[in-house]
Order: sequence, then C-alpha cells, then structure tokens
Amino acid sequence: MAADAKPRVKVPKSAAAGEVVVIKTLITHKMESGQRKDEAGALIPRSIINRFTCDFNGVNVVDVEILPSVSSNPYFEFEAKVDTAGEFRFTWYDDDGSVYEDVKAIAIA
Amino acid sequence: MITRRAFAQAGLAASAIVGASGFGNWSRIAAQQRLTQDDLLGFADFGNVTLVHVTDIHAQLRPIWFREPDTNIGVGDARGRPPHITGSDFLRAFGITPGSAEAYALSHDDFAALGRAYGRMGGMDRVATVVKAIRAARPEALVLDGGDTWHGSMTSLRTGGQDMVNVMNALGVDAMTSHWEWTFGAERVNEIVEGLPFAFLGANIYDAEWDEPAFDPYAVFERGGRRIGVIGQAFPYLPIANPSWMFPGLSFGVRQERMQEVVDELRADGVDLVVCLSHNGFDVDHKMAGAVSGIDVILSGHTHDAIPEPVLVGQTLIIASGSNGKFVSRVDLDVGAGQLLGYRHRLIPIFSDVIAPDPEMSALIAAERAPFEAELAEVIGQTESLLYRRGNFNGTWDDLICDAIRAERDVEIALSPGVRWGPSLLPGDPITREDIHNATSMTYGACYRTEMTGEMLRAILEDVADNIFNPDPYYQQGGDMVRVGGLGYRIDVSRPIGERISEMVLTDTGAAVVPGRSYSVGGWASVNEGTEGPQIWDILENHIRRLGTVRVEANTSVSVTGA
Amino acid sequence: MRHSRRQALGLGLGAFAAAALPMAAQAALEDAIAAFTGGAATGAGDISIDAPEIAENGNAVPVSVSAPGAVAIMILGAGNPEPVIARVAFGPAAGAQTFATRVRLARTQDVVALAKLADGSVIEARAAVKVTIGGCGG
Repeated sequence: MAADAKPRVKVPKSAAAGEVVVIKTLITHKMESGQRKDEAGALIPRSIINRFTCDFNGVNVVDVEILPSVSSNPYFEFEAKVDTAGEFRFTWYDDDGSVYEDVKAIAIA
Repeated sequence: MITRRAFAQAGLAASAIVGASGFGNWSRIAAQQRLTQDDLLGFADFGNVTLVHVTDIHAQLRPIWFREPDTNIGVGDARGRPPHITGSDFLRAFGITPGSAEAYALSHDDFAALGRAYGRMGGMDRVATVVKAIRAARPEALVLDGGDTWHGSMTSLRTGGQDMVNVMNALGVDAMTSHWEWTFGAERVNEIVEGLPFAFLGANIYDAEWDEPAFDPYAVFERGGRRIGVIGQAFPYLPIANPSWMFPGLSFGVRQERMQEVVDELRADGVDLVVCLSHNGFDVDHKMAGAVSGIDVILSGHTHDAIPEPVLVGQTLIIASGSNGKFVSRVDLDVGAGQLLGYRHRLIPIFSDVIAPDPEMSALIAAERAPFEAELAEVIGQTESLLYRRGNFNGTWDDLICDAIRAERDVEIALSPGVRWGPSLLPGDPITREDIHNATSMTYGACYRTEMTGEMLRAILEDVADNIFNPDPYYQQGGDMVRVGGLGYRIDVSRPIGERISEMVLTDTGAAVVPGRSYSVGGWASVNEGTEGPQIWDILENHIRRLGTVRVEANTSVSVTGA
Repeated sequence: MRHSRRQALGLGLGAFAAAALPMAAQAALEDAIAAFTGGAATGAGDISIDAPEIAENGNAVPVSVSAPGAVAIMILGAGNPEPVIARVAFGPAAGAQTFATRVRLARTQDVVALAKLADGSVIEARAAVKVTIGGCGG
C-alpha cells in the first residue's frame, strides 16, 4: 500500500432534488509509469492507480480505467445527478492491490 | 491624412460605434519647435466615461529613450496589419510625417537624430501630470494598469517591486493585471496584493490543483452614471515563458471560454460597459475580440505595441498603449444603457521635455531612488552605437550582451532571451549601471554555462520561433526571437515548426553547426530552478568596463525570409 | 518520459520535443482505437475536447471531454508511447457525460477523445496541444 495515498474529494454539501452537481477528486500518488529508468539504467516498475469508481447510493456515476499517462496525483472531475439525499462512495484501486475509499454525504436543500 | 482617414473608416464601416481618434495636429507644431503641454493634453471631453490606460511600464520611473522595432513580422491574418508594420509603412498607414514628433515616438526611422530633437520620453512624474490633468477634466476617470509594472529596473529588483507599488499607489490606479509581477514569487505578489488599495484582477489565474479561480476576475465601477465591468486577463503563458517554480500551484492560459463566461456574467448583472484589461499581447487580443462576444473595449498590453488609433474587431475596440511610460491612452466613451454609443481616443505621447513633471511624484521618485542613487549613476562605459533591443531579432543591446557572455563565460555560442523590455541609449551616451540593469534586471538572471548539441540548439530555435511565428495567435507567447551570439542561421517565418531554421553556422569560422557535435553555450534567464552562474548584469558590466567604449557592428548573422 | 529528459537537459529550456511519431506508436494508436470502436469508422458528432493550446507542464495537462449521450469515452495521447490515457464508463447516476483529468504528454501532439453512443456508433474529437521548450516572454 502506498503510504502517502491520500484521497480528497469536493462535493457540494447539498443540492436541489434532480440537480446535477460537479464532483472533483484528487489522490496523492506518484503514478510511476513503468517507462522511466533509474540512475543505473534499470526500468522502474509500473505502480499506478489503475481504476477509479464513484457510486451514488449504490448506483454507478463513473467507472474509470486508468493508464500510466494519467498524471501523478490523479485528478478527476465529473458530474452526478442527485435525486435524493445520500452518499457518494469513491474508490481508487492501486496496482499493488490496495484500495482507497472516501465517502461524502449530500443533503437535499 | 487621407490614408489615415481611409484606415479609420475601413475599420469602422461595419460598426454602429461612432468614433474619433488621433494624435492631434501637434506634429507640425513640434516641427516649428512650439510643442506645448497643452498641445499634448488637448482633448475635447466626450461622452460620460473616461478610461486611462498605462501598461508595460517595466519599472521605468524616469524618462528614457525607447526605439520602436524595425522588424515586427505578422504571420497569418496579422500579416501587414498594425502593429505588424514598421518604419515608413507605419508612418504612411497613419498619415504621419517623417521626422515629426509622432514619427519619433512611434517608429524607429532616424531614431538617434530625432531623439536629440525631441528628447527622452516617459517618466512617471510626467505620467502623473497627464493623469492629474485628465482627472481635472474628468474626475471619475478610471485609471487602469495593464501590468509588467513592478519589473524592469535595479530599484524594482532591489525593493521587490515596492518602488513601483508606491509610485502607482500615488498615481492612483483603479485596477491592474499582471505578468512579470509573478517573477517576484507568489508569496511576494500575495503580500503586495493584500496591501493594494485597488483590484488585482486575473480571470485566467487559476488554482492548478482544483482548477478553480484564484483571483478576482473583474471589478465593477460606477462612473458617469453607468456601471462598468473591468475584467483582468493576466499573461496567459506565464508558467511557460517565466519560471513556474516561482508561482507553484497556479495555472494561467488564454481560457477563451472562461472569458466569455465572465463577460456573460457581467452582462447578466446589467453592466453598461465591459472592459478587458489584458496582458494577452496584441494578436491574442485580436483573436479573442473576434471569438468572445460582449467586450466593448480591450486595453491591450504585453507586446509593447503603440498604435495611434483603436483597432476595431467586430464591435470591440482594441487600444494598444505602448510601453515604458512612453504613452498614456485616454479613451472617452459615450456609454448608454448597456451599450457603447461612441468614443474619442488619444494616444498621448509623454515627451518628457514638454510635459512638466508633477512635483509630488518627482519627490516620491527621488525618495525611492535615493538609497540606490550612487550605484545607479556610476558610469561604466560609453557607447558609440545606438543601443536598443526591441524587434523580432537581435538588437544592438543583445549583440553586446551576447558578446559579453561569450567573452566572460568563454563559450562558442551565447543565447539571450527575446524579451521586449529594455530602453535604448543614443550614440555618445554614457552607459551607467542603471542602464545595464534596465536591459537585464530580473529575479532569475544567472548566466549559465553548459554544453548543447547542434540538434538541441536547432530545436530551441525552432521552438522559440514557433512561439512568435505560429499563424495561430493563441500559440504566440508575445516575445521576440531568442538572441544569438557566435551563431548564424536562416529563418523562413512562413514555414511550420521544424522547418523554419536552416543553415546554422558558427559565425567565427563559418563552419556548419553539426547536429551530433556538442557546443559550449552560455545564456541567461533560464526558467529552470537552481540555475547557477554569475548575474548577467555583472557579466555585462565587466565586459563594458573592459571595453571602455562600446561599438556594435551591424549584425548580419540572421537571415530572414518568408515575411 | 519527460522527467528524465528534463533532468538530462538541466538548463533553462525545459523538455524537448522528439522527432516524428515512431511507427510502433502509430500502430499502438490505431490498435487502441480499433479495440474501442470494434473496427467501425469514427465520425464527427456532439463531442468536444477542452485542452490548453500550449501545455504549462507536459506532466499534467488538463483535458476535459464532453459527449452528451455517450455511454463511454476514451482519451488518448496520439503521440504517447502508450496512447490510451483513460477509459470512462458513465453509470446511471452520471449527471452529464463529461470527464476531466490531467495527462502526461511526452511531446507536442493531438489529444484524441472517442465517445461510444448508445447505438454503438463512435464519434471523435481532437485537440492539438503544444509541449514547448519554453519561450522568452516579453
């Protein structure tokens, strides 16, 4: 597990029923591409976040397959439709098998 | 005059805006040695709103010589269009008499002789006199600063821009935008901005981490019974053209869609006039004016162009106000409810021998300079040649700097940045330490020494050339070509990237530059953190001191085609 | 990658554009597109891509794709050694078919976005992004 993988998410605290909200996520991760060489000339093995998902009340918003050309500290921005109050669940999957999660509640204003 | 009228009418034909512009009729008066302050400031008040625009002062507190470019090539749609005309073509396009005060102020022909006749230009105490006179007629005039204000002199470098901040505060500014300001570092910018009594605007300055606006995009002013929205647009290419490590976490860019969004927001808010205070550079502003609807006036900065008449794109007026304190633009507007009805414009040239200095500002400038006065005034050498920089390719200042780098750093090839700032010196002038700093001052002036292959040198020339000669203005960064010493090349500006540069040679021997060979190269203004070397102004001072008298021979090492 | 090239250069002019797109990369790009489209030709349509004209940092270029009605999108760097950057499937709770991220671009190239619509057709948009050595701002 990458010790420094720290997720951060921006979700509005509330929305009108049926409103589309913008969601922004960041996770600290070096996203080692697998193409760089170390000083000795040996290939540094790939180590990236390879998948990201966001669900709202158990229903999928986005499911993203990620490749090494995504920048370090991967940033994702997308939109979700909020019909009822509930919970967004964010999940990042690391090459090393680790899974990082965050959860944000949203109310109906 | 006929030509000028034709030009203005061509621009206005499709417009409902009624306007007038010009320099006035003082060029003939000047020729008769009767040019007075009243001639320069004379302006029949018009409409209900006045804008005053200064930009790209580059910390020049005192009057300077500043030779306008002899080469300012326009590509694509900009070819042959102001500001991409120079010399006699420029004079003809605007109906300006050769040898007149206007010709001296706006073009390069006969610069040294005309300079002696008409004197230095600029000086913030003269600018203050002009601004006060405009305010006396129009107390609600909005004074707007287009940025590149805090950088460009030894005093601004030593005080972290504080001398300019103090002077601009005394002048009384309503809003500013930015570029070189950021080379003092984000911390210093934020510290100054916290204390500014006016708005520091940048609709296109974003927090890079969350992609969210980091500064106020606009300010709304009530003037002449109308509401005026002033949008700030900072230099779009800051993290590319200047060291991004000095302002980490910030993103810029043209962000055309953002500009439209902000204009729409102001329109929805019911403002009567939308002004964009821009540091985009002229061609970028020209394209943006055509792509974004709802901007009435763009006050254009960055590329240092002085154009004596507004350029009209659709319903948008673009005002280009020069640099280094040489000009102040006054734009009187007749603003109706939500609509610009007419304008009167004047690009006021700041002839320092004609406009009386404002005593309060003179005193402030003297006080700001006092701690450094002895250092500034020290004469390092003399020049027999006209020293200038502005133009697409090497100026004589650049040749001198490249010679200094080659001599002091013992390299085959020197590279010097194609910045557009740096005042001129006339033949016979002493070269003071202040003059040297005016041509080189910056927070990243280390003069590096390194090895580069011929292939790498070529790639650099191609890359920088594309920043200037890409036909799409949104790929133009608004500088000039990197200056070279010890290296000659041919450039076809009409070709795409990768095909413009050919015939690279070492000028000392005439030997072709070989892709695989390594060359010793010295240069300055590296955008990389941790660049090491002596400061460029020390290199230049040592070189000039050793020479005593400077003479710069004509430079034929760059051959330009396709213009 | 760009990291090491920047380190190797080690003076003021940043990273460097390589020459022509190698044949292998071209083939990889075509394979990746074919895998997404199932071999069908891509067309124009209601898809837009927003990316800067000039990258401020080739290691983190913001790219935003919007394709109303898409079930999935794919973002590619046409000049990257591994062209596919991300594949995004939109679920029932998506509020709009838009997705933004930051990408690594090894050199000046087109960023390509493909969107698969509900009827299986695929539409395409491209945006040229210049990865520059760095200029000399006026």
